[in-house]
Amino acid sequence: MKLAILFSGGKDSVCATYLAKEQGNEVACLVSIHSENKESYMFHTPSIEQTKKQAEVMNTPLIIVKTKGEKETELLDLEKAIKKAIKDYKIQGVVTGALESVYQSTRIQKICNKLNLECFNPLWQKDQLELLEDLLEKNFEVIIVGVFAYPLNKNFLGRKIDKKFIEEVKTLKEKYKINPAGEGGEFETFVVNCPLFNKRLEIKKFRDYGENNSWRRELII
Amino acid sequence: MILIINVCKEELHYFEFVRPIEKIVQKEFITKHYKELFKSDLEKCDKIIICGTSLKDNEFMKDPSFFNWIKNFQKPLLGICAGFQLIGLVFGGKIRKKTEIGFYLENFREDFLGIKNEQEVYHLHKNYIDFSPSKDFKIFSSSQIPQAIKHNQKKIYAVLFHPEVRQKELIKNFLKVK
Repeated sequence: MKLAILFSGGKDSVCATYLAKEQGNEVACLVSIHSENKESYMFHTPSIEQTKKQAEVMNTPLIIVKTKGEKETELLDLEKAIKKAIKDYKIQGVVTGALESVYQSTRIQKICNKLNLECFNPLWQKDQLELLEDLLEKNFEVIIVGVFAYPLNKNFLGRKIDKKFIEEVKTLKEKYKINPAGEGGEFETFVVNCPLFNKRLEIKKFRDYGENNSWRRELII
Repeated sequence: MILIINVCKEELHYFEFVRPIEKIVQKEFITKHYKELFKSDLEKCDKIIICGTSLKDNEFMKDPSFFNWIKNFQKPLLGICAGFQLIGLVFGGKIRKKTEIGFYLENFREDFLGIKNEQEVYHLHKNYIDFSPSKDFKIFSSSQIPQAIKHNQKKIYAVLFHPEVRQKELIKNFLKVK
């Protein structure tokens, strides 16, 4: 099936892309929503500009739609982006990296239903720690580009998801109820390398923005 | 041994509709696609769960003869969403159109596999079953369309919503049914 991936560049959407391809589907394009609202309910925001570089090393076309990121109107922008994927790439379905967010998945399911598209959520209900472990096993190189909850702080920015990191988030989960895959918006990630990339992305520079327990890193690749 | 039946047309949907059920069942299960089911699979298992599928996937309804075995099945059976619709069809219910996506409040009149009173349930369906032609089932939900049903004589249970999202204990309690 010809599919579009709702692509943020983070571990969940890249992993969903990996599973879609592994099951024999054609990834016709990536769809990336660039939100001006850094607190978007729907869309991942740190380092979103760098999805262009990821699309290049995946040899996959990328549709970018900008949104002001206001609740609900950002959904119209998402619908517009999906319509473009139907027109330009004749997609038959959409893939998301949603794990647990009923807010996100309900809205995307409704858009797909309206546009008569299949909707795939291959990480749905997946155990968060298991996902992190799967990523390591599949040789995904993933770094943290955003933290948004106590006790996470600036020191987490740029950290790689490795065994040590997984052990640490297990402890944070027990102590502070931090969601270990960060899907509650506690942290955001960026994939630097994985089996879908024809080369590793080199980070040339970065800038950090934020205060206290809310930080994001904008990468330049 | 629990037999988990996959009804999805697309292989990628396994991860969304079957794997979450496998994770709840955890041990001693086998998963089979309904088109690859043998009589021996039905004989060997102790219980069956029929999983759901995507909104757009109606392939499983094209040839209901694949599911004729449900009529004479004597062991515990749980149908989820597509599984609910199949159980309804086999027992003479009528398929009707209604699309529900996302969280809805549902009031359970009586305890249904440990679920009672008001609960937020996750829906993802375009059809439901009108059970009025069939007198075989008791309805445990109170909204207009049947959401949770049990066969009056057999241990056949079905839910139109997806318990794997917010009512995992419903599935765990089904596993305890003797």
